[in-house]
Amino acid sequence: MKLTWKLAVSTCAIAVLLSGCERQEEEAATGGEVNAAEQFVPLLVYRSGPYAPNGIPFANGLVDYLNLVNLRDGGVNGVTLTYEECETGYATDRGVECYERLKGKGPTGATAVNPLSTGITFALTEKVAADKIPLITMGYGRSESVDGSVFKWNFPLLGTYWTAADILVQHVGNLSGGLNKLEGKKIALVYHDSPYGKEPIPLLEKRAKMHGFELLKIPVTHPGVEQKAAWLQVRQNRPDFVFLWGWGVMNSTAIKEAAAVRYPRDQMYGVWWAGAEPDVTPAGRNSKGYNSITLQHSSGRTAIHADIIEYVHGGGKGAGPEKDVGHVLYNRGLINAVLLVESIRTAQGKYGEKSLTGEEVRWGIENLNLTAARIKELGLEGMMQPVKLSCSDHEGVRRARIHQWDGSDWQFVSDWIEADNSVVRPMVDAAADKYAKEKGIKKVNCTS
Amino acid sequence: MGPFIEVLIAGLMAGVLYSLVALGFVLIFKASGVFNFAQGAMVLFAALSFVRLMEFLQNTFAPILLSLAITIVIMIVLALLVERLVLRPLVNQPPISLFMATLGIAYFLDGLGQSIWGSDIYTLDVGIPKEPLLLFESVFEDGILVSSEDLVAALVAGVLVAGLAVFFQRTRIGRALRAVADDHQAAQSVGIPLNYIWVIVWTVAGLVALVAGIIWGSKLGVQFSLSLIALKALPVLILGGFESVLGAIIGGLIIGAGEKLSETYLGPLIGGGIEYWFAYVLALAFLLFRPQGLFGEVHIDRV
Amino acid sequence: MFYREAGQFKSSYAADQAAFPIAQDRIFIGIWLLIGFVAIPLLSNEYLFRAIFIPFLILALAALGLNLLVGYCGQVSLGTGAFMAVGAYAAYNFWIRIPGLNPLIAFVLAGGVATLVGIVFGIPSLRIKGFYLAVATLAAQFFMDWMFARVGWFTNYTPSGSIAVPPISVFGFEFDSPVRRYMLCLTILVLFAIVAKNIVRGRIGRGWMATRDMDVAAEIIGIRPMYAKLSAFAVSSFFIGVAGALWGFVHLGSWEPLAFDINRSFSILFMVIIGGLGSILGAFLGAAFITVLPLFLNQLPIWLGIEISTAMISHIEFMIFGALIVFFLAVEPLGLARLWQIAKEKLRLWPFPY
Repeated sequence: MKLTWKLAVSTCAIAVLLSGCERQEEEAATGGEVNAAEQFVPLLVYRSGPYAPNGIPFANGLVDYLNLVNLRDGGVNGVTLTYEECETGYATDRGVECYERLKGKGPTGATAVNPLSTGITFALTEKVAADKIPLITMGYGRSESVDGSVFKWNFPLLGTYWTAADILVQHVGNLSGGLNKLEGKKIALVYHDSPYGKEPIPLLEKRAKMHGFELLKIPVTHPGVEQKAAWLQVRQNRPDFVFLWGWGVMNSTAIKEAAAVRYPRDQMYGVWWAGAEPDVTPAGRNSKGYNSITLQHSSGRTAIHADIIEYVHGGGKGAGPEKDVGHVLYNRGLINAVLLVESIRTAQGKYGEKSLTGEEVRWGIENLNLTAARIKELGLEGMMQPVKLSCSDHEGVRRARIHQWDGSDWQFVSDWIEADNSVVRPMVDAAADKYAKEKGIKKVNCTS
Repeated sequence: MGPFIEVLIAGLMAGVLYSLVALGFVLIFKASGVFNFAQGAMVLFAALSFVRLMEFLQNTFAPILLSLAITIVIMIVLALLVERLVLRPLVNQPPISLFMATLGIAYFLDGLGQSIWGSDIYTLDVGIPKEPLLLFESVFEDGILVSSEDLVAALVAGVLVAGLAVFFQRTRIGRALRAVADDHQAAQSVGIPLNYIWVIVWTVAGLVALVAGIIWGSKLGVQFSLSLIALKALPVLILGGFESVLGAIIGGLIIGAGEKLSETYLGPLIGGGIEYWFAYVLALAFLLFRPQGLFGEVHIDRV
Repeated sequence: MFYREAGQFKSSYAADQAAFPIAQDRIFIGIWLLIGFVAIPLLSNEYLFRAIFIPFLILALAALGLNLLVGYCGQVSLGTGAFMAVGAYAAYNFWIRIPGLNPLIAFVLAGGVATLVGIVFGIPSLRIKGFYLAVATLAAQFFMDWMFARVGWFTNYTPSGSIAVPPISVFGFEFDSPVRRYMLCLTILVLFAIVAKNIVRGRIGRGWMATRDMDVAAEIIGIRPMYAKLSAFAVSSFFIGVAGALWGFVHLGSWEPLAFDINRSFSILFMVIIGGLGSILGAFLGAAFITVLPLFLNQLPIWLGIEISTAMISHIEFMIFGALIVFFLAVEPLGLARLWQIAKEKLRLWPFPY
């Protein structure tokens, strides 16, 4: 009797599993015949797991803006934006599955993918080229993918880690009274021990050689909950500045440990993924004075947020709590969505106001030209600088400011600083060439 | 000499913090032979419950005490459920199945905790001082910096261990627990109710998880990553032995000091970031001489 | 009445010692091979290949390897992810340093490297047992994670320490489409399954099982524990190393060390235990269960038309996944493979039990 019961239960479980697969197929089969005036955007998000505190506001900003465009303007020139979220949990294999699941949805397939994870970016770089879907990695991903002649489908918009590191060095140079004054100084890089954290090292090493400062590399093992040894090293070596290249729990822990070894927070500079509210609030008042580079924007609200609150949150469609609108990572998601929508708009100018394929949108991103006037029109004035992409430049803008946590909010403490392309670009070209050679990719001729 | 002592002290303190998590593992292993991988998830769950309750109850007269009381009740309920729904159906199964079941519990608690209490980051402030102390400034250049937060944690851990020791040695239940640990069947035959004992052990482990969660949570902020601290407690566990409360403390001290010293003095030579695996290698090295851990029980196999 | 061995007479030793002595088993396996090699390639779409079948096949291979170690030899390992990483990085280095190397040979060589590493990390098993050993294998996991992130040579000095591999081509035949990649993985898996099946029913496998059941007794009857344990680590690591190379080259294409982190180790151990310790079939069932279940749970609310947030779906997925694991262990601690066995016993008499 007991055995029969066991069998029945497991047979049921297996049957349910199988029927699930069938449904999947059916869905895939009917995916092609939806309303023609729709543009599908797959959203790879993480709202649970260790990085959820950072993933949630970003996803909310992204979704809110897409909804705003639909609710306020009726879509992009009449083309409704549809989207579906897929939880990656920041895991590479789940991200790949999400991508595969969503890439064929909507009348013309996925518009563009924003993986929001370095690991997933790596895994998708090749797949998107085969599927002809652009991969937008705003403020992360491979630094060498700026070179569009090799990385035709990658778009590290608004800045790569090499850009960030270059601007940070320039900023601390300015503080010291000129880059040449950095000679003999010590800069410590406390970084997440992964491709993400190691990305800035080549650039910092190059700059160290140029200006004669000493670079101290201190890795922190994932997930970074225990960093005592790293900060004792900082205490003993007394670097003039600390650059923090962390993510998630590592950032707030770093600030706390810095306080515990009495390292001055105002000599700490985080990358833009180490400069949002979840990074500083857990450390309480110990975070006061901590700096980070911004990816164009900081926290705060502008005209666009008023619209979001009126149209999206007012209609009860807000993705998160209204009080979080305008947080740093929320704004980053928002700008990510703005760039995507403006790219679609650009592409529509060439291909017509209909559902566009990934390939057409790629053209739109590459020819995106977001002028100051347009930024003001969109209600983003003060949040970002003009962006203009080209075939050889998939980054669009290389300028950033530094902001500082005053205990309750972020305040800008520097003017716009532009990364020195004569330093960064040769590295991009060299790395991109190496990649092209390894992978056997034929470079696109950008001059024609 | 100053920096060396400083690293050593920092390491010992970190070790005590690992011990706090390791203690939960030991309690359950000792009494039921279950390698409870859900201990990390329990730390997260307890801390999340505590910090969110504190938020909801912040206008009452004693938010900390109230939420502490409610969280304790939650952990007791959890222990009851675990005993009823997991341990009882799996009685007499091989240890590996029980281990897997606790992994299942860990998944369940991760999901449950986040869906009830949210997956954001929550600041926990129970009034633990955060200002570092500078000692012996006259003896060493720069003095020796000691984190007061860690000092409090060490004190709490000390009290906890002393309390557990008294509990095991002096109380009736404690003696029953030790009897169960020695031999399930013999204990049952002298009238010790096994199920009841398991509930108690899981409750105590839950309370230890709560203490660990509060201390780690006020250090890191309460968030999902708290559950990953379990991985730092494992080398402590194998070094000290799965069955020894004292072993968890001594093991923690050795691992903590070992990993911090290695990271500071050996790390820079080979690229840094070594403390994570070094702790395991250190534990492994000890195991080669004492395969049951420093204070583990020696089992004699008979054919 | 469907699964009856009555009337099947063995008239030679060879027939009696065949891998599948019962005709129904042979038919059953034949059907699965037909489904695998013919039906699925004809009927599936790209999503199923890339997101389900290919990961399933590769993880099944890894689970098979781990099952040899845990299920047959009784040595619990939590370092599977590390051995997969060894395979993947070794294959990459062979491929990049020996121009024109056939990728299949690179995979085999990678398996060889994983074997050596497996033996080294298997040495503690001679002294340490049970959960002490399980946790000790974590040393391998964290050490490998660190090594591949830290030592530039392994990643050919890419600035970020991530790896990208070229398309696989064997004798000018490109494994570019999902179907071809699927067929490649399936063929390798079937070959390895045959090898595994024959190892475990031979002298080596019996030695492993004796060691698992009671190592002291095994030693007394003349099985050298060192040989048995290390050979189990070696064979298992070979399987896992090849699986790792496939995971990197066929499934991901580019990866960072985090792709082989401790979660990978746990999920493969899950497969082995849910599927059934000491069962080849179990490795397949477990891999299918663990690969498909989360995706299924994640999609279920969407199919049912329930509107809940992505976060809630994912939390519920975690909870149901955890609960199901406990449930399955409670229902059948010996895994899904045992359920299949019970089903076979039932089918002997069913539907006429008397």
